[in-house]
Amino acid sequence: MNFNKIYALGLRHLYLIINSFPRVLDLIYWPTVQIFLWGFISKFFTLNSEYYNNTIGIILTAAILYDFLFRASISFNMMFLEEIWSRNFTNLFIAPIKIREIIAALTFTAILRTLIGLVPAVLIAIPLFGVSVLNLGVPLIFLLLSLYLFGITLGLLVTSGLLRYGPSFENIAWASLFFLAPLGCIYYPIEILPYALQIIAKALPLVHIFEEMRNILMTENVNYLNIFKSIGISLIYFVFGIIVFYASYFGAKKRGTLINMGE
Amino acid sequence: MFIQIKNLTKSFNKYLAVNNINFNIEKNNTVGLLGPNGCGKTTTIGMILGLVTPSKGEIIIENKNINEISRDKILKRFNFASPYVELPKKLTVKQNLEIYGRLYGIENLNNRIHEISEDLDIKKFFTRKTGELSSGQKNRVSLAKSLINKPEILLLDEPTASLDPDIGDFIRSYIQDYKSKNKITILLASHNMNEVVRLCDSVIMMRQGKIIDSGTCEGLIKKHGRNNLEETFLKLARSKDEF
Repeated sequence: MNFNKIYALGLRHLYLIINSFPRVLDLIYWPTVQIFLWGFISKFFTLNSEYYNNTIGIILTAAILYDFLFRASISFNMMFLEEIWSRNFTNLFIAPIKIREIIAALTFTAILRTLIGLVPAVLIAIPLFGVSVLNLGVPLIFLLLSLYLFGITLGLLVTSGLLRYGPSFENIAWASLFFLAPLGCIYYPIEILPYALQIIAKALPLVHIFEEMRNILMTENVNYLNIFKSIGISLIYFVFGIIVFYASYFGAKKRGTLINMGE
Repeated sequence: MFIQIKNLTKSFNKYLAVNNINFNIEKNNTVGLLGPNGCGKTTTIGMILGLVTPSKGEIIIENKNINEISRDKILKRFNFASPYVELPKKLTVKQNLEIYGRLYGIENLNNRIHEISEDLDIKKFFTRKTGELSSGQKNRVSLAKSLINKPEILLLDEPTASLDPDIGDFIRSYIQDYKSKNKITILLASHNMNEVVRLCDSVIMMRQGKIIDSGTCEGLIKKHGRNNLEETFLKLARSKDEF
């Protein structure tokens, strides 16, 4: 791994952000709207639901964590799509940069884009709704790590699709997370799902993350086994995502799609 | 021999894009790759750049098959420019050159950017976004990017396509001048026969994925009994002969 090259590719996306105020605004706008929406829903349920009684902010915390996952994945996809939209694909793939360095650069830069969008929204939630994700304490770091790994994995799978099928796969990029959201048990406990879906849901890290988040906020106890299980599952998916990405890259070279990938 | 292309073939499903071609390029020579649209020029360039996996055959550089050399090591020695490939439009000219300079691991990058920008007269729009430039300006920036690493092997795909005669001449003169001052091997795909005559030491003519003739410009004109390279190209491109 050459960190200068990873930095160079990260810098390309950083310049893209700082060169355009509307782009920064766009990054901040959607998470903030989400926080407002779920903030009011959260307030309503807190006041009117027995399940969430005395546990202010569970829904809003879930919304913030889900948005973190969503932003991480979308950031990864967006940065890859930027190369296609700008018709810079060929230049990138003939530069002396290893594929693993491209993956690393997108992975590290995605966190930056995610935080630019999410940090203001998280800060707004504290005075406005009296909810802070920091209430989760130290386990928050591990929950975010697991979410981030899974978000990047989804990004890897979608970009693999872009390599395989070209820009027409773009719509899938936006739809990918909504497809998994019902199984993620983000806002409700796993028992709500039919038994067959519970089995599938348990194979995803999301269930373990959001179940544990609810457990921490409701009981103030931490079950680290659940957290590490989620990280373990995320890691397995992450490795799988990398394998699929490499397979798509070699497939694209075979089909010759790298040379004329563009709008 | 510096570059050897041996039995290079590429098929996409049943379509044979490049059909068992063989050619050599000597060090510091400029070779023109000519042929009608769809004859396999871009696929050949794509295979040399490692963007397309050959179905068969070998690409050998200084007696080493490029498959045996790591991707980043071999690509460090190459670069490529084409008006059909763009640099990120929302980044300024300077930012683009900085990023590609870093990707190619250039030492004293600021000096190199300064040097190449002076040469190509692009400093005056350094802080403008690349997408806002005219075709001629974009072309010069693209050429600057392709020379930022002082490549040993430069692949150019129609470098002056869609440029006005003045800018086209500037680019050709620059390449000619750069060649005379630097050790560089160039493979140039072009439809501009005057450009090919001016820049190339020899040419390879392709049709339907095959090489149908090769030699120096003068040699080919003489061999086919024509007055210039354009007429020779037309004769070969329109010929119904099997080859």
